[in-house]
Amino acid sequence: MVDLVWLIPAFPLAGFLILTFGGRRLGEPGAGWLATGAMAGSFLATVGVFLEMSGRDGHDRRSVTTLFEWVPAGDLTVDVGFLADPLSLTMCLFITGVGALIHLYSIGYMHGDGGFRRFFAYLNLFAFAMLMLVLGDNLLITFLGWEGVGACSYLLISFWFTDEANASAGKKAFITNRIGDWGFMVAIFMTFSTFGSIAYVDVLDTTATGTVATSTATFIAVMLFVGAIGKSAQFPLYLWLPDAMAGPTPVSALIHAATMVTSGIYLLTRVNPIIADAADWVPTLIAWTGAGTALFAATIAVAQRDIKKVLAYSTISQLGYMFLAVGCGAYVAAVFHMVTHAFFKALLFLGSGSVIHGMDGDQDMAHYGGLRRLMPITAGTFVIGWLAIAGVPPFAGFWSKDEILAFAWNENPLLWLVGLVTAVLTAFYMTRLVILTFFGRRRYADPRPDEVEAAWASATAAADAAVAAASAAVDAATADAEARGDDLTALEAVVAARDAHEQAVAARDGILAAAGARPEVEAIALEGAPDVGPVVDGLPEAVSSRADHHPHESPWTMVLPLVVLAALSVLGGLVQLPFAASTRRLEHWLEPTLFGNEVHLSLQGGTLWVLAVVAVAGGAVGILVAVLAYLKRRVDYRVFERPILAEAWRLDRRVADFMGGPGRVGFEATANFDSSVVDGAVNGVATMVRSEAGLLRRFHNGLVRTYAAGIGVGAVGLVVWFLSRTSF
Amino acid sequence: MVVTTSWYLALAAVLFSMGAVGLLVRRNPLIMIMCVELMLNAVNLTFVSLGSDLGDLGGQLSVFFVLVVAASEVVVGLAVIVAIMRRRQGATADDLSVLRG
Repeated sequence: MVDLVWLIPAFPLAGFLILTFGGRRLGEPGAGWLATGAMAGSFLATVGVFLEMSGRDGHDRRSVTTLFEWVPAGDLTVDVGFLADPLSLTMCLFITGVGALIHLYSIGYMHGDGGFRRFFAYLNLFAFAMLMLVLGDNLLITFLGWEGVGACSYLLISFWFTDEANASAGKKAFITNRIGDWGFMVAIFMTFSTFGSIAYVDVLDTTATGTVATSTATFIAVMLFVGAIGKSAQFPLYLWLPDAMAGPTPVSALIHAATMVTSGIYLLTRVNPIIADAADWVPTLIAWTGAGTALFAATIAVAQRDIKKVLAYSTISQLGYMFLAVGCGAYVAAVFHMVTHAFFKALLFLGSGSVIHGMDGDQDMAHYGGLRRLMPITAGTFVIGWLAIAGVPPFAGFWSKDEILAFAWNENPLLWLVGLVTAVLTAFYMTRLVILTFFGRRRYADPRPDEVEAAWASATAAADAAVAAASAAVDAATADAEARGDDLTALEAVVAARDAHEQAVAARDGILAAAGARPEVEAIALEGAPDVGPVVDGLPEAVSSRADHHPHESPWTMVLPLVVLAALSVLGGLVQLPFAASTRRLEHWLEPTLFGNEVHLSLQGGTLWVLAVVAVAGGAVGILVAVLAYLKRRVDYRVFERPILAEAWRLDRRVADFMGGPGRVGFEATANFDSSVVDGAVNGVATMVRSEAGLLRRFHNGLVRTYAAGIGVGAVGLVVWFLSRTSF
Repeated sequence: MVVTTSWYLALAAVLFSMGAVGLLVRRNPLIMIMCVELMLNAVNLTFVSLGSDLGDLGGQLSVFFVLVVAASEVVVGLAVIVAIMRRRQGATADDLSVLRG
């Protein structure tokens, strides 16, 4: 069965090819079922390989299956081969398992979309590339998958490409990832020049013996880290992930939460011997980047109103935890959190997709509220995902996050503190999200701030117009009265017009006074519907039509994956319980791929208990504060939602400003250098040849006798030359 | 008076020079081809005289090659000249300069 490991990526590839080339007749929902079936087949193949592999001893749990020689080039030989070992199989299990569920979900979510078949073709292509990434037995195959998932990410973010914003979000993701890919490529070149091979088996076994120079290992590790922070959206290359939410929600769940963004952690875990051989500051750099990103992204998530943006920043934050774990040498904890995060974050994204689906595409949480009665299954499963990510025992997220925090304490208590603050913030913003979406009063039918403002503005304008009209009527009546020589009826008309004018002025003053005294419309109307007072008739029709809208529970294809993922989010912790060696199943299973580089906790059991209790208490504080602010309204929520946080510390805009301003000058200078110096050199050579040829052209005058003379002179010249060389 | 090989070589040199000068100074294509023939035959004369002087049959053998080449050259050259004359009456070699650069 292990020899059949190629079946795992073959299923989605076949699905992609069928959908692309033969899929005309497969409409909706046939295309979706075919793609889902391909993923299910891939999952079954993975389970088959996993079952055989798990029966083997530790040192036997590695199998390389070479399909064919791909690049035979001198010393460099690259095979298309698959490395089946505990790490790659763990990745494959959740990629294909969660992937199949998300495919199933997409059948319901993409219902009625014009690009239904195209969507599933891309999804299957993505799954193929992702599986190549984790299964490849050398760096180049991994890089192939790495670029493949990047391309699919681009295609799927800008899936609804007719909207300019979606198209540019896709481009942003692709271009930001270029920086990381550059690091990865340099690392591959360096690996080849150091080891003479880029196959993992050769490289890692050589490195594990400790014969590689520290400087070389440091350089390769840093370059791979640059690649990893690009793909896994860590500071400062995280900017693309929030924009990637422009894609359909299943894409966000599959690519931008569960699978692709974890490939950076996979890569660093895979090359753990290189990191172990690198200078000491490399793991520290990784840990602090992760911890810093975790805290940074969590602060932004606190103030976002777009439900998917909250989850996007949350994903960046959770990926930061995984980097923190890798930096602390806790590879098992990183993989553990990767797995549980895949479960609960996919659940949260799919749940948010279900909500968006029920709300007809509205993503603003200010318009949600009270949805738990209308979407009970979505709400129930979402609550489980919330408890899991908030670190409430015994849900999956508690076990993995707690393990990472324990290792952080082991490494440096400051790292632990950052992780703890992040955990508190995580509990806060997720509770905020759940309350705003599923609890409180329904705000969907409320008039929105901009609508209320527009109604006030139009009422004021109407009053002004009435005053102007009445004033004009007074002038007309006065003129009429003068013309008719102060006739009695004309004078009465003037008096009536003046009265009407006074009334209009009074009405306008009333409106202006009401407008001046009106309560400010809250961005999120937690207390009650905004008071629209005298302008209720001026609201657009959209307001009353929204009142007729009834959010509905999603179809079974969308609900079933939610239920399965909720179950996994509850039970996911079982794979790695910290109580005894026998319950640390994941650690035991992964051991052969870690070459003994896994750090072991030097903490006493008592310390671990204290750390766990503090972490749970921190989560409880976060939940409590959010409940007080958003549900009980004892605290003004605007204290937390600072504008600078809502604008993501304005970093994105600064980067955009820089790139549009001074950066652009630099780019243009580069472009000018290219067009003037580089192109100039090339064109200059051509121009020089042209002008030289113009001189030579004169000799070719078309007179045959001149040529004959040339031959004669040449012959004489040759004779003279030969004679001069001859010594008599 | 003994006619030695040098006499033949001198004659060949004179013939070759006449041909070469004729080729350079005359403009009539037909005359130019005749001049080329003169030069070729001057070379033939050196071949046979030196071949006989050195007792080497190779010299006489070369003459046959030169004759064959000269014959085919005349065939092609005359055909070209006839074709040109049909098109342009009284054309000289200097008029035919279409291929100048």
